[in-house]
Amino acid sequence: MTEGMGKIMDFVATPLGAILPPVISRHAASVDLFFGFMVALSAVLVLGIAGCILYFLIKFRRGSDADRSRPKHSSVVLEAAWILIPLLIMTVIFLWGARLYLGMFGKPAGVETIYVTGKQWMWKIRHTQGAGEINALHVPLGKPVRLVLSSDDVIHSFFLPALRLKRDAVPGRFTSFWFKADREGEFPFFCAQFCGVDHSGMTGKLTVMLPEDYAAWLRGENPGGSLAQAGEKAFGKYGCGACHGNPEAVRAPPLEGLFGSQVPLQDGGSVLADESYLRESIYFPAKKIVAGYAPVMPTFAGVISEEEAMSLIAYIRSMGGPSPSPSENAAPGESP
Amino acid sequence: MIAENPTKDYLHAGHSVSSWLGTTDHKRIALLYLFSITGFFFLAAAAALAIRIELLTPEGDFVSAETYNRLFTIHGVIMIWFFLIPSIPTVLGNFLLPLMLGAKDLAFPRLNLASWYIFLIGGLFTLAALIAGGVDTGWTFYPPYSTHFAESAVVLTATGIFIAGFSSIITGLNFIVTIHTLRAPGLTWFRLPLFVWTLYATSLILALATPVLAILLLLVAVERIGGMGIFNPLQGGDPLLFQHLFWFYSHPAVYIMILPSMGVVSETITCFARKRLFGYKSTAFASLAIAGYGFLVWGHHMFTAGQSAYSSLIFSALSFLVAIPSAIKVFNWTATLYKGSISLDTPMLYALGFIGLFTIGGLTGLFLAALGLDVHIHDTYFVVAHFHYIMVGGAVMGYMGGIHFWWPKISGRRYNESMGRFTAIITFVGFNLTFFPQFLAGYLGMPRRYWQYDPSFQAYQFMSTLGATVLGLGYLFPLVYLGWSFFRGPRAGANPWEAAGLEWQTPSPPPKHNFSGTPVVNEEAYAYPEYPG
Repeated sequence: MTEGMGKIMDFVATPLGAILPPVISRHAASVDLFFGFMVALSAVLVLGIAGCILYFLIKFRRGSDADRSRPKHSSVVLEAAWILIPLLIMTVIFLWGARLYLGMFGKPAGVETIYVTGKQWMWKIRHTQGAGEINALHVPLGKPVRLVLSSDDVIHSFFLPALRLKRDAVPGRFTSFWFKADREGEFPFFCAQFCGVDHSGMTGKLTVMLPEDYAAWLRGENPGGSLAQAGEKAFGKYGCGACHGNPEAVRAPPLEGLFGSQVPLQDGGSVLADESYLRESIYFPAKKIVAGYAPVMPTFAGVISEEEAMSLIAYIRSMGGPSPSPSENAAPGESP
Repeated sequence: MIAENPTKDYLHAGHSVSSWLGTTDHKRIALLYLFSITGFFFLAAAAALAIRIELLTPEGDFVSAETYNRLFTIHGVIMIWFFLIPSIPTVLGNFLLPLMLGAKDLAFPRLNLASWYIFLIGGLFTLAALIAGGVDTGWTFYPPYSTHFAESAVVLTATGIFIAGFSSIITGLNFIVTIHTLRAPGLTWFRLPLFVWTLYATSLILALATPVLAILLLLVAVERIGGMGIFNPLQGGDPLLFQHLFWFYSHPAVYIMILPSMGVVSETITCFARKRLFGYKSTAFASLAIAGYGFLVWGHHMFTAGQSAYSSLIFSALSFLVAIPSAIKVFNWTATLYKGSISLDTPMLYALGFIGLFTIGGLTGLFLAALGLDVHIHDTYFVVAHFHYIMVGGAVMGYMGGIHFWWPKISGRRYNESMGRFTAIITFVGFNLTFFPQFLAGYLGMPRRYWQYDPSFQAYQFMSTLGATVLGLGYLFPLVYLGWSFFRGPRAGANPWEAAGLEWQTPSPPPKHNFSGTPVVNEEAYAYPEYPG
């Protein structure tokens, strides 16, 4: 217990600023500011209510000779006031929170996409250039980075406290968010969604490096070629080219310029060709049929792994697309 | 069928085992519930104690990771379904609803007894599954973990909860029908005590939301046993569908826990301030508003889960709206104290503690409803602290306050007032010491459900464990002094608090048929003689 007591003494002695987690992006600083506002607002309300209660308890204690004449049992003005004033405050909080939230999505110019796969119990990372790492994520300083998350098994959640961001990695779909780290160093990340026995061991380190160091690191970690090259191999391995990209066969839609475009569908609608759509088309090709084609593609569910799917998508992406490409969630994005 | 003597009070009208286990008297059924849920409470509290011991040190050294996961599952499942949800409705609601309405019993007395048996069977079934089978999914049962990865008795546990759900539905329907049909002459809707209004709102949720939980548990069983891919992405299923259905029940379930406590607070504040409630009608409608809005906010549990950004925006906005009726209540209670004649007896201390802790719980709920902030604090200790402020600081404080308020009516005897006040105070202090540090740990980035953690969080965990020890005493003491009071306490008389309300106009403990004749009501609720000045 003495060790515990020592820790508590350290804690009391630590100035408040030093105990907040490091702030490594503008977004994180904005979240802290918002949090500070909420704490101040709550403190005012709690102290206000507690102050009123204490004052009434003392003044109107039984037996006191305080004036109790003409007690009120309702008041339209008061009751309307404590409906409308909270409503006003909450509108501000809602808008502020919504603005910060929407900033997570979108796809700023020059963004670098990194694929993150959760798996009981590790985080597997693949960079577009081909580098792979486990329970570690290297990103360049001052450059926007977009993480595309998926899971091999159960739901995980990729939580980066220094960036004040997290997003669930859900099997069967892609989720994504972007950030720009403005401070060099190493910062922890965690799995935040309970995922089994070793949930609390599913942690790792985010390393923010100077862009030139990052480029050098990528070269050093890159024996097998880029992710798109791996995708090209998988493309050949599964014989995708027999239908797609075969100028003689018109059985399948071409993939050049596909990524990020609007695809017309059989049912008259259209869909944005983003990572989620491409993934779905690999695993469940019958779900959305491209206009003018027959539903002949077999499913690759259980055949192609999540990692191979990611590399295939990177390959399709490398074939180009319309630019600038709209975002995955089509939510308005805030500049970093 | 059973020999019960109608002239004696309900405790002495029959002493045989069958006069208790076969009773249809709502007061005896309330006591059957009291004993059962007290048992469940201390069992789940023991799991919490083991969790807190494990978390004293950053390393996982007290229990294994597997055991730790099972412990927090036991704690959550038992506390939520077998203590918090039944707590006030089945104990205080069962005991008081007919008394407050001036009725002899609930509308369906035999159904009421059936409801207790169903509850007990469901509870014992779940308990056996949790302990013998060992479930480690957490009380949330998220697939695909629960459906394809957890090698434990998920289906058996779900079956137990499924069974207990029928008890909830039956009790809810029984209360709704009783309130509609068995009010004494002159007892109009706007003369009802606010406790009855909150029971009505709670019963609506019980009857409407519980079936969705039952369907969901059935789907999980179908997927686990039959291999149907409802939630399994490999078969084209959607794991988020589960979360939508789960929170469609489980968010309103929080209001099942908190609404009756709000009712207790309204009864207590008016009695110990000797004053009518400020804003009776807005308080009554606030309960219905909470019950209604509560069904529209489930998506705020899924802001980081992958639902569309636009859904998140709408769920965030609706979540702020549900906070308004709660705020109305807090302000009305505070205003009731103005020009009152206030005494600080044990129930009043609990009620004031409720207001403080519920206010903090509610305000931190706004942090979580705010999208950009939720992304950081979701699934951290901040959330753990927030919902304990609502469910323990709010619901359990209200329950304890209610037990102390109506104890003289239930048992016919007084308890030691000094012990009561002391316990109320240490409960408040112990609670804050346990859970306030968790807000800080959460913002600093400590994720939930971690068996091992970064040593930088140890100071907060240490404070939590220290606080939990004090809090534990706050729950053990009443067991002793209320137990003693039940057999040896001084006689209370019909109305020891000089409270308004029909339940105080009959002897304590009440006779088997509650009133000697049907009471007639000709005044508003809380008609305390107020002081002209």
